[in-house]
Order: sequence, then structure tokens, then C-alpha cells
Amino acid sequence: MKYLPLLFAALMRKKTRTLLTLLSVAAAFALFGMLDAVRVAFNAPQSVIGIDRLITSSRLSLIQPLRYADLARIQSTPGVKAVTHASWFGGIYQDPKNFFPNFPVEPQSYLDMYPELVLPQAQRQAFLKTRTGAIAGQALADLHGWKVGDRIPLRPTIYPNRDGGEVWTFDLVGIFEAAQPELRASEKQMLFHHTYFDEGREIGQGTVGWYIVRVEDASQADRVAQAIDRQFANSAFETRTQSEREFQLSFAKQIGDIGLIVTAIMAAVFFTLVLLTGNTMAQSIRERIPELAVLKTLGFTNRAVLLLVMAEALVLLLLGGLIGLVLATLALPVIGEASSGQLDVAMRPESWLLGLGLMATIGILVGLPPALKAMRLGIVDALAGR
Amino acid sequence: MSERPTASGVALAQLRSTLPTVAAGLAVAAFFGIWILAPTLVIALALVFVGWLVLTRTGRQALAVARVGLSTVPERLGATSVVVVGIAGVVGVLVALQAMATGFEATLTGAGSDDTALVLRAAANAELSSALDRPSTTLIIQAPGIKRDANDRPIAAAEVVVVASVPKRTTGTDANLEVRGVGPAAWLVRPQVRIVEGRRFRPGLRELIVGQGALQQFSGVEIGDSIVLNNQDWRIVGVFASGDTHESEVWGDAESIAAAYRSNGFQSVAVRLTEPAAIERLRAALSADPRLRVEVETTRAYYGKQSERLTRVIRAVGIGVAVMMALGAVFGALNTMYAAVASRAREIATLRALGFTGLPVVVAVMLETMALACAGGILGAGIAWALFHGFTVSTLGSNFSQVVFQFQVTPELLIRGLQWALGIGFIGGIFPALRAARLPVTTALRES
Repeated sequence: MKYLPLLFAALMRKKTRTLLTLLSVAAAFALFGMLDAVRVAFNAPQSVIGIDRLITSSRLSLIQPLRYADLARIQSTPGVKAVTHASWFGGIYQDPKNFFPNFPVEPQSYLDMYPELVLPQAQRQAFLKTRTGAIAGQALADLHGWKVGDRIPLRPTIYPNRDGGEVWTFDLVGIFEAAQPELRASEKQMLFHHTYFDEGREIGQGTVGWYIVRVEDASQADRVAQAIDRQFANSAFETRTQSEREFQLSFAKQIGDIGLIVTAIMAAVFFTLVLLTGNTMAQSIRERIPELAVLKTLGFTNRAVLLLVMAEALVLLLLGGLIGLVLATLALPVIGEASSGQLDVAMRPESWLLGLGLMATIGILVGLPPALKAMRLGIVDALAGR
Repeated sequence: MSERPTASGVALAQLRSTLPTVAAGLAVAAFFGIWILAPTLVIALALVFVGWLVLTRTGRQALAVARVGLSTVPERLGATSVVVVGIAGVVGVLVALQAMATGFEATLTGAGSDDTALVLRAAANAELSSALDRPSTTLIIQAPGIKRDANDRPIAAAEVVVVASVPKRTTGTDANLEVRGVGPAAWLVRPQVRIVEGRRFRPGLRELIVGQGALQQFSGVEIGDSIVLNNQDWRIVGVFASGDTHESEVWGDAESIAAAYRSNGFQSVAVRLTEPAAIERLRAALSADPRLRVEVETTRAYYGKQSERLTRVIRAVGIGVAVMMALGAVFGALNTMYAAVASRAREIATLRALGFTGLPVVVAVMLETMALACAGGILGAGIAWALFHGFTVSTLGSNFSQVVFQFQVTPELLIRGLQWALGIGFIGGIFPALRAARLPVTTALRES
């Protein structure tokens, strides 16, 4: 602690340089924060909720529907506690760029299956009773300024309404919230009645998109999944059952090599950053060789000099890095807003942890060479400026 | 004894000391305004500048000072590499991401033209979500505006689009492969498609041909392999190339594929128009027919729309990332150049004591930074080109299937990268250059 004024003096020696170094570190970490938030989002939510849920979809491809009639067979598979289903509707609200997921579901069993979708009791009852009823997530409702009681028209891209109309109209009877902040992404969807959908569509009646299965014992999930798939093996409707997390990851994987590219960008940024800061540190130490020699003459140990120089690098990195991460945290909601919710990601604790780890590592990495150099200074040579 | 400073004198001195900084700020703004609006004007100015350097006395002085500065670069390798590598990083990332967007756009829009059109069910936003029954396709094919072949048959093909799960080579996990069932007229609607290996599929048989892109991204789709479509084995008999997004697909006979999926309908009708203007005639005819509810678009418009969203996102992300990195690089360059000026304070002061004016000194420092920035720009663009040009990736397209595309590092992108490099160099150099010119000679000479 007693070295604090000394550290401060060292940093304030060249104010412009310290400030510029700090800013370049901050810029790099702001970038890191945003990219890492995207990376984490791509790796699908790692939530404990849903570990006992399986998704059964067509083995042929995700767009192939399954028979509604198979619900009972899945339900009766040993180890299955509950089953519900959903389908892909793909309706468009006003403009294709407003895209959000909307699914026809079986309301009672679906809401039971997803307890993390929290809805006031009265609205829940209203949803169960209203055939044309729909519920939307809070985030989605906020985005479009919807209130309970509004009528929401969706233009179908796949399923025209057999009444010949250009739109399907839904009555918004409830707005749900995610039980946990990290599940906020689930507030971007709209749900409505499967029966209303199935009766109104011209094609594909009697089918559903996928089944959601709750198992009695999460540790038996693999066995149950295999048991379900075995029942439909070699039928015209072969299934593939996987955990909800795997299912979501398979979507992320379809988007392709984006994770790889993000990682490559981060590597490029960090390589540049290490070089920039490392060099500035080395330069600043080089200029202060006579000063360091004076410190040693005064009786500072080699270790104290080493620590002093290391501390300087670490302080710069930590301070700049924290500014950067705070900037990223502030900027992400703005970006989400500007892209009308398409790039809605937030800084997660793991990004902060990784960021702090990187600050410390890079701090040590760039501080160590000049610190070692400072430690090994011969007093006489250094004083003479050799 | 100096005279007592008056209030106005102090104000004037302050004004004089801040004026160059303000001027520099304005210069930066003006520079970027011109840089973005009129690159040719910048080139013209650069030519004038070169003329000034070579022809005038101050210009030659600046050149001489710059030569001295540049000759000491090898001695300051560590510090100068900060500028070069920092800028190379910015330019590399920028060029690579823009190359990705360019490649994606080119692959999709390459499939489009003005004299072919695609008919989809009204409101369908992609082929996969469209559905047309057999009577509708028959009506569409007979509509006016469609070109006819030598036998007076309309050049139009009702097509089936389905998606199959096939493992990807890179990850080994299943991804969606687009399967297109085409009719005999498809080869006339899309003449760019040609067989490069094997042969065409035979109608009525369970045979497929695979696009080069799909062949590269998916495993088990070589000639002789079989893939499973709705529980049936289909054999691959040929490889085709088209230079556009169709290379991400496998093609087979429309009737056989529809039969395999127990479907009696189609997704789209692709037609060749008699001339680009005929689209209006076709559109009018189709919308006048009460039995049809379809939309028709030229393939150029259709594929343009399909590529628009992802291209825009990649471009925006690319520029956002580059701006952040550029900020970091500017700070790095400023640091380096301030240090360079400080370490050469004595030398610069000596020059000025010898009678060099401020201008050659400013120009010399600027020239040095710009040279370093230019080197960084070339390095970064070169690395992006070497690593990414032709780099093949795939992503999820609008038909819920993989679109295979290549990064395209175009000369345009290389030039834009260089523009960024020089822009960063300009900001990174101007402030240290002004500092160099304004250092009081006497103090600078005394400095160690």
C-alpha cells in the first residue's frame, strides 16, 4: 500500500500516454465484451431449467411434420411424465423485418411444460378459454406496443387460412414474462391455440411440428429418448428425440461457422492489443531506467521494483478493461434496440469472468518482460544511462 | 526581464496555442468528409501534394526531413511495428468481414437475372414456405410472357423444394441440405448449370446430382453414394457447377421427389421470360386469374431480397468491429508518434534552428506516419486476402437449408482497407506532427 503514491506518480508521468493506452485497452475490451456476448448467445442458454425436457422431431428434417395421432404412443412410453406439442407457423406481423417466432400450441399442457413462462392467473384462464386467443412475451409486446385486448393480425407464409383471408387474426389475452432474466429470449415469442390453427389451415391438418416430452427422471433421459425413437423406427414418420439443449444447439450449428469467425476476430484483436500495450510498457520503462536505478540505490529490493512495474501494467489493463466491459454492457441494449431485437444479447457473468481473466493474463504478459528487465538492472550502468 | 503579461496578451497566447489543435480537428473532419465523398478528389490532391514535394523548396525540405525520419525506423522497430501491426489488424478484420458479406451476396444474386422469374404462392417469403397444386402450375406454365422453345413449348419448370438432413464434413452433425426437384425445362431456365462430373439424373429414377458447394460441405454425397430422402435411398450420379447458390443444392427429378414425399404439389414455378419487360404481362395475367393466388418476381429481385438481410447484418457488424479496433489503433499510433517526436525533439529543434520552418517538419512527421500506416494497410489486406480469399463457409439460408458461399476479397475491398489505414494514419500523425512543429526551439535543444 505504501507504494501506491509511487505507482500513481509513474502512471501520471506521461499523462497523454497513459490516457491513450488506457483508451486503446478500453476499446479492445469493449469489443471483446460484445463479441463474447454473441458467442455465449450462440452456445445456447445453459440453464438448469429444461434438463428433464426432450424434443421429439422428425428424423428426416426439422421441417417434416409428425402425426398428431402419435401423441398417445409417446405419452405411454415408460418414463414419460408429460407430453405437449408445438408447430412452426412463420406468420409475419406487418413487415418481414419484424420477424419473431410464433407457434400454435396446446395451451394447458404447453404452459405446464414451460413453467418459466410466467403469466397472471386471470390471463392464463383467458388464454385457455379463448379459441382465437394468443399470448406474447413482454419483450415482444413492448417492441410492438401491444396491450392485452389488442387484435394481432399475422400474415401467413406457409399456412393460408381456408376462409380465404390474407391474414390470421389473434386476440391478445395475456402477456407473459420469463421467470429468470437469462431466459429473456423466450419473451420474444407468441403462442396461440393449435385447434384454431389446425381447423383453419388448408394443408397439413392432423400434424404437429414437434413434441416436447418431460421425463420422470432426468438421469434416464437418454434411455427414454431411445425408447421413443425405437417405436417409430422404420415407419413413415421416424423421429429423433434429443434434449432441449441439443435441439437448440443444432439450430445454432446450422447458422454455421459464425462462432469460428467470431473467435478469429477476437484472436486478431487480442494479438494487436498485447502488442500495443506491451510495447508502450517497454518504452515507458526504457525511459525511466535512471529513475529505477535511483530507487534501487535508495534501497528498494529487486522484488519491489519488479512488483512496481508489474503493478503498473496490471492497473492499466484492469482499469482500461473494466471501462471497456462497462461500455459494452451499456452499448449492447442500444444495439439490440437498433437492430429491432435481432441482435439482442446481454453481457453474462461468464463474459465478465473471462474478461477479468484476460485482463490479468495480458497484464502479466506485457508487464513481465519490462519488469524483469527493471529487476536485473545493474545500478551503476543504469545510473550512467548505459 | 520579460514584460508583464497583459490580460489580452494571455488570451491571445492561449488562442494561439489552441488554434492549431482546433485547426487540426477541422482538418481531420474535412479530410474524412472528402475521403468518403470524393476519393478521386483525394487522389488529385495527393498528386498536387507530390508535385509540391518534388518541385518546391519547402517540399524538398519536407522530403529530406522525412527521409531522415524513415531511415531511423529500423532502429525503432518495436515502436513502429505497433503502428503497422495495429493498423494491419484493423484492415484485416474489416476486409475479411466485408469479404464474407460480398461473397454471400454474390452467390445469391448470381443466381438471379432479369429474364427469368419465379412464381410462388402469395405471401410466401421463400420457396420452402410456398405451395402450388398441380392445376395451378399447369395454368402458370401456359401464361403469356413466357418464352417458348423450338417445339413451341413454354420454357417453365414446376419445382419441388425439400430439405434433407445430411451430416456436414466439418462438424459431423446433421445440417439441412436443400433438395430441388426439377423438370426437363429447368436446364433451359437455368443454362448456367452444367455437369462437371458424372452425368445428369434420369427422370423417373431415384437419382440425384450434387452441386459443387454441397459436395464440399456435406459428407456422403460423392458420386456413387446414397442419401436418404423420406426413407428411400437416392443415388448420386453426377456433380454440377453453376457459380451461384444452386451449387449448395442437390437436384433430382421433380415428379420422383414429389412422389417420394407423397405430395402432389410443387413449391414454385421457374420460367424464362420472352424479354425482361414481359414480367409485367405475366404478373397481370396471373393476378387476373381468379383460380390463382400467386406472386411473381424476377429471380434477380427474389435472390436480392434473400441475400439482403444477412448481407446487411454482416456488413454492419464488420464496420462496427472495425470502428472499435480503429479507435484502439489510433490511440496506439498516437502513442507511438508522440514518443517518436519526443525522442527526436532535439533533432527537430536543431533543424528548426538551422532555419527549417514548421511546415516541412509537420509534413515530414505526417509522411512518416502515413508510410507506416500504408505498410500496415497492405499487410492487413494481404493477410486477409491470403487467408480468406476463396475460403468456403456455409450458413442457414432462407429455405432453411445450408447456403454455401466463398469469401470474396475484391480489389474494391482492398482499396477500402487501404483507405481506412491511411485515415487512421492521418489522425495518428497529425497531432504529434503539430506538437513537433510547435515545440519551442530553445527548450527542445536543452532536452536530453
